Amino acid sequence: MSTAATAHYTSTGQDTRKIAFWTFIGSECMLFGTLIATYLSYEGKSVVGPTPQEILNIPLTSVSTFVLLMSSLAMVLALAAVMRGDTRYSRVWLATTAGLGGVFLGFQAFEFTQFVDEGLKISTNLFGSTFFVLTGCHGLHVLVGVIWLLTLLILSARGKLGPEEAMNVEIAGLYWHFVDVVWIVIFTVVYLIQRGPAA
Amino acid sequence: MSQEVLEKPRAHPSARVYLSIAAILLAITVVEVAIFYIPAIRGTMALAPVLLLLSAGKFALVVMFYMHLKPDSKLFTAIFTVPLVLAAAVILALMTLLGAWVY
Repeated sequence: MSTAATAHYTSTGQDTRKIAFWTFIGSECMLFGTLIATYLSYEGKSVVGPTPQEILNIPLTSVSTFVLLMSSLAMVLALAAVMRGDTRYSRVWLATTAGLGGVFLGFQAFEFTQFVDEGLKISTNLFGSTFFVLTGCHGLHVLVGVIWLLTLLILSARGKLGPEEAMNVEIAGLYWHFVDVVWIVIFTVVYLIQRGPAA
Repeated sequence: MSQEVLEKPRAHPSARVYLSIAAILLAITVVEVAIFYIPAIRGTMALAPVLLLLSAGKFALVVMFYMHLKPDSKLFTAIFTVPLVLAAAVILALMTLLGAWVY
C-alpha cells in the first residue's frame, strides 16, 4: 500500500475522506430538513395565488425525476468502470451522468421560467418563497455536482483517474446520489402530495 | 505514528444489481405518478401515507445500494442516520409548532 493511501486511514479502519464526506452529507440532511420543514409548514397558507394545485406541472417533473434517477444509475456504473480500470467506459458514464444532470437543470430552468410567466415569483406568496428557495437550493446542488463530474471527466481525459483514484469518484458519487435522494423526497412532498385548499 | 489495521474494503454490488435497482426505482416512480392521477385515492387521507411509504422505499434503495451503505461499515450508516432522524424530527416539530396539520 502506498504512503499516500495509508495517510487517509485512521483507527476506525475507514478512509478519513469518506468519513468526512458522510459527516458533510449528514449536515446537508439538516439543511434540506429545515427547508422542507419550512415549505410544509407554510403550505396552503398563501393568501394569494398561484397555488401548487394551479401551477405545478406533474408530467414535466415526472420526466425530470426519471432523468435524475437514471443519472444515479450512470454514476454507479462510472464508479464501477473506474474501479476496474476501464478508462473508456468510466468516461462514457461520467459524461452521461453530467449530461443527465444538465438535462435536469434544463427542466428546472424551464419550469422556473414558466412559473414566472404565469405570475409566480419568489416574492408573490408563501408558496413562491418556500418553493423557489427549496427547489433552487436543490438545483444549485445539482449544478455543483455537474461541475464536479466535469472536473473528474477532465482528470480522466488527462489519464489521472485510474483505480487508485477510485475513492475520488466514490465521494463524488455519494454527493450525486444524495442530491438524487433529496429530489426523491422533494418530488413526493412538494409535487405529489399537494395539501391545503386551492386559492 | 503507527499505522492502524485497515478494514478490508467490501465488494460493491454488480452491474446487474445496479440495473435491477434502477428498474425498481422507475417502477415505483410510475406507481407514484399513477396514484397521483387516481381520483379515488387523490382525494383521500390515504394519499400522503402511501406516497411517503413509496418515497421512503426509493430513498432506502438508493442509499443502501447506490451509496453502498449496505455493504459498507456501519459507522457510515450511523453518521448518516442520526442527522436524518434529527431532520425528520425538525420537520415534524416545525409543522406542529406552526399548525401545519390542520386546514
